[in-house]
Amino acid sequence: MTATMTAPPIEKVAPNLVTRVKDGDLKAGQMAMLGLGIALLAIAFATGLGGDKEHQGRFWFSYLTGYMGVLGITLGALFFTMVQHITRAGWSVGVRRVAENVAAAIPVMALLFLPIALVGFDHLYHHWAHANVNPETHAAILPGQPGYDHVLAGKSGYLNKQFFFIRAGIYFAIWISLSLFFRRNSLKQDETGDGALSLKMARLAAPGLLLFALSITFAAFDWIMSLDPHWFSTMFGICYFAGGFMSFLAFTALLARWIRSKGYLGEVINTEHFHDIGKLMFAFMVFWTYVNFSQYMLIWYANLPEETVWFEHRRHNGWSSVGTILVFGHFLVPFVFLMSRHIKRNGFTLSLGAVFLLVIHWIDMQYLILPQAGHGHGAAHATEAVEISNAGHPPFSHDLNLWLHNIQPNDALCYFGMLCLVAGIAILFVRKNNLVPLRDPRLSETLHFQNI
Amino acid sequence: MANHWGIVAEFESPAAIYHAAEKVTAQGYTKVDAHTPFPVHGLDKALRQGPSHLGWIVVCCGAMGIFLAQLMMYWMNAVDYPFWVSGKQPYAWPTTIPITFELMVLLSAFGAVFGMFGINKLPRLHHPIFNHSQIHRATDDRFFLSIESTDPKFDRNATAKLLESIGAKHIELLEDA
Repeated sequence: MTATMTAPPIEKVAPNLVTRVKDGDLKAGQMAMLGLGIALLAIAFATGLGGDKEHQGRFWFSYLTGYMGVLGITLGALFFTMVQHITRAGWSVGVRRVAENVAAAIPVMALLFLPIALVGFDHLYHHWAHANVNPETHAAILPGQPGYDHVLAGKSGYLNKQFFFIRAGIYFAIWISLSLFFRRNSLKQDETGDGALSLKMARLAAPGLLLFALSITFAAFDWIMSLDPHWFSTMFGICYFAGGFMSFLAFTALLARWIRSKGYLGEVINTEHFHDIGKLMFAFMVFWTYVNFSQYMLIWYANLPEETVWFEHRRHNGWSSVGTILVFGHFLVPFVFLMSRHIKRNGFTLSLGAVFLLVIHWIDMQYLILPQAGHGHGAAHATEAVEISNAGHPPFSHDLNLWLHNIQPNDALCYFGMLCLVAGIAILFVRKNNLVPLRDPRLSETLHFQNI
Repeated sequence: MANHWGIVAEFESPAAIYHAAEKVTAQGYTKVDAHTPFPVHGLDKALRQGPSHLGWIVVCCGAMGIFLAQLMMYWMNAVDYPFWVSGKQPYAWPTTIPITFELMVLLSAFGAVFGMFGINKLPRLHHPIFNHSQIHRATDDRFFLSIESTDPKFDRNATAKLLESIGAKHIELLEDA
């Protein structure tokens, strides 16, 4: 392939292809999603920020649950875009444009991080942010003095407020610049038809994926894992990524199906492409199970208190029922349901699976984040935990009731509010940009793609 | 009476064999197959071939793998020779997952490979299709459509004529040997 190769104009490749959304079309859906998103978040803020410090603290855990759940979806969009470029994929040219539009919501996710940075931070991360500081006198607790936490002292080079915010800035800088780079070059190719742009994007996708893997891993460490700052797992970042990418595919299947129902994308995202989206969704659902089980089994087998404490928290206050729900809902049930190609090739059943997985993703985020609400200090609660576990474990129904009692409307409002917001932004960009990469050299491959 | 296996016709392009397959199956022929150097998109549909049953064989083998693995580990660890290792119970489910997974994959793979052999009646040393003088080009640059004599609509003259009328280049009636 030479760098000067130019793709033919769209009229030659597919004369009947609808390339843009007509003025006014999809606008109602966009406005409804944006309005609903803002309304749900406004209710969450209004009800969450009143009340005492404990109530407010709990709200920030709700907010973080929703935020991390939806952030994973937008980052999944960026990952998807880069993977299609690095593999020079032919099937996904049309889906890629949808992913580029979903990734366009990343700057908005950066804005939604500001409430956490400005207000939520002290509620969420005070265990390490205020470690080894006397809460009354604000004097430093020195080694040897009562209350000195040598583990957090050892981690303070990484887990300190300044470096936390510097890292957050670096993550968003990476994600925003990558998403801008891939969307802008893809749109530029719509105009010029320059094949060299495809090569340029494929080349940049390699370092881009490297930066992405590191940044999403450390973001998961910083924003979720550090809620329990004594605990650590090197698998944690990949567990977060796996659930997020699976949910992005579910989100995209629903979004693309909705756009199709309005009469667009008919040729570039048809049954064959939905089948492939379904296959990837199935694969990453299984991958989530694989990495989460790997994390669980190593910790269970080694049985070291500093590692098992994280699961110990998740055996109490009803969270063990959520563990069971995730084994069934994030693996066994969708595994059996999505296995057949007929399910993945049927728009209705694929959408059913996608909606189910988006809800399960929310429960997964709850499992990672909410048990730390109220207590996150392993040491302080260790004796209480041992006492409960010695008394024998309560039945599933008891734990289920306790969990349903413990979760709050704000947990749902934040997640589904941000989900609507991202959907609205994605639709906004779908309306603004060309529907498909018009002069991508592989467009005709996409149009004629078939699963064998 | 010399038995005939069927008629094999040669085509020069993927498009030609695709349209030929459509026309032949539209006439009601069912024992039709294609032999091509590479997969031709949509040819399965043009040949009106039903979905493969291989998936069911693989699922059954996989389920058997799960069951056998669990049975094996339960019997060995909890019944035949119960042994407490580092405080784990003799039968502890997390330890069984990797082996259960591996045995499921192994038996599924056996099911896929040997199930495919069984459905295709493999291995066999010879097949009547090899009696066609040009069939070696099916791995190179020619596309072959075969209609078997067991097809209820098969008639050596009428079938040959049909194939000729839809553009077959080289039609041979093959002996069943």
